[in-house]
Amino acid sequence: MTLAAILDASFAALTLLVATYAIFARGLFAAVVAFISYGLLLALVWVRLSAVDVALTEAAIGSGVTGALLIGAAARIGDADGARAGQPKAMTKIIAALLCVAVTAGIAAAVLSLPTPAPTLAPRAVRELPATGLGNPVTGVLLAYRAIDTLLESVVLVFALIGIWSFSRDGAWGGAPRSPDAGTSDSALTFLGQLLPPIAIIVGVHLVWTGADAPGGAFQGGTVLAAAWILVMIAGLRQPPRIDGGWLRFALVVGPALFLAIGLIGYGIAGAFLAYPEGFAKPLILLIEAALTLSIAVALGLLALGAPARRHQP
Amino acid sequence: MALATDIFSILCISAGVFFFFAGAVALLRFPDTLTRLHALTKADNLGLGLVVLGLLPQVDGVLPALKLCLVWIVTQLAGTTLSQLIARVAREKASKA
Amino acid sequence: MSVGMLAGLGGAALIGLGLYGLLTHPHLLRKIIGFNVMGSGVFLLFGAIARRGAAAGLGADPVPQALVITGVVVAFSATALAVSLLLRVVRETGGPFFPDDDGAA
Repeated sequence: MTLAAILDASFAALTLLVATYAIFARGLFAAVVAFISYGLLLALVWVRLSAVDVALTEAAIGSGVTGALLIGAAARIGDADGARAGQPKAMTKIIAALLCVAVTAGIAAAVLSLPTPAPTLAPRAVRELPATGLGNPVTGVLLAYRAIDTLLESVVLVFALIGIWSFSRDGAWGGAPRSPDAGTSDSALTFLGQLLPPIAIIVGVHLVWTGADAPGGAFQGGTVLAAAWILVMIAGLRQPPRIDGGWLRFALVVGPALFLAIGLIGYGIAGAFLAYPEGFAKPLILLIEAALTLSIAVALGLLALGAPARRHQP
Repeated sequence: MALATDIFSILCISAGVFFFFAGAVALLRFPDTLTRLHALTKADNLGLGLVVLGLLPQVDGVLPALKLCLVWIVTQLAGTTLSQLIARVAREKASKA
Repeated sequence: MSVGMLAGLGGAALIGLGLYGLLTHPHLLRKIIGFNVMGSGVFLLFGAIARRGAAAGLGADPVPQALVITGVVVAFSATALAVSLLLRVVRETGGPFFPDDDGAA
């Protein structure tokens, strides 16, 4: 067994262990914290799988923003006492456990019988990449070969947000979500809330820019910007915006709308939906990514804030 | 020359890992919140700092080295602020009890 | 064992684990955590397939990677929607459970 294999095996074991704790921990808060640690470990697993783009996304969204969302929810709900009373019967648990073991065994059998040599699209992705002007094949898949997936995904973010907003009380519609601030002002937190956003903006823009040729991209960069925004609100330096603001709604849809418009123009100029005219692929992709980054950052921040809770009186 | 920098890296990273390990053991073994926080700051500052210091000679170019330093500084800032917040909540809870 | 296979089997285990949490926890936020563990297990299966498809000088097939990036973002959207729904359930019924689960409510 080589050193790398031992490293991989211990990563896998540690990740599974923390995931098990996230499922079986007694307290709600312990489960949430375990889930966040699990997400970070998973990001390391993705690095070991040579999927650095996915690792960045997992660390930023799967662990970071999801973690902020879950901690916020856990703090508001609390560890309800009914948890013990509502436990399912032992027999139900045994049947559920057997079912889950069967599912795992079935998938494991499928994994072990995957065809060799493995089918791959990597050579085709690399061969066509020069036509897009990009250097990162993952960005090539996201914004050229399978641009329609990414377009629909950016629309899903907006739809999810509309869904969340519709859970507000009638009276709060159009108002601002509840502020995630810490409740008391703390000078250290205020300092961090003032110091970190400029750095985060540089890092976020860098991630988008470098995403054309190296791991990174609109989703990773947008998440860093959203995180900076959430931090500023946690520090109490800014209040959550009203959801009926014109600029807010413009920022939210400008990315998907521009993407869709360029896709439609592709019909006329390049002969197919989402086809880029020859020679203009890279500038168009960068333009779409820039607009998408703004929309993703605003959408992720608002998704983490939740439904509007009150109306600001001007 | 390469050997010297490699030995430097191995020494620094090993020392960093030791501080992380000590911090983790202390986190599990120390009795109350404030002492645990004290242990964690050692792991954050010294442990990560030594790992970054050990990695510096291994990267080529100034920009990756600056990125590594930025990671260390930002982690320290976040860790310090978080410790401050946790300590504050712990003190408020203790004074109420 | 290759790292791809290890990830595939780990993903299978995570799917079973998350499914168990989803089925047996009465607390709705714990169900959401279980659902997310299950989802990341599915993503890891994609990671195994991407890793096995390493070719043309790439460490992993970029197409499954791009699918997972899309998947992570959509999973977050679904989680945010579920958490909002959960908070509304708490406001309406007073507890983070399905009304039938505790019988009384």
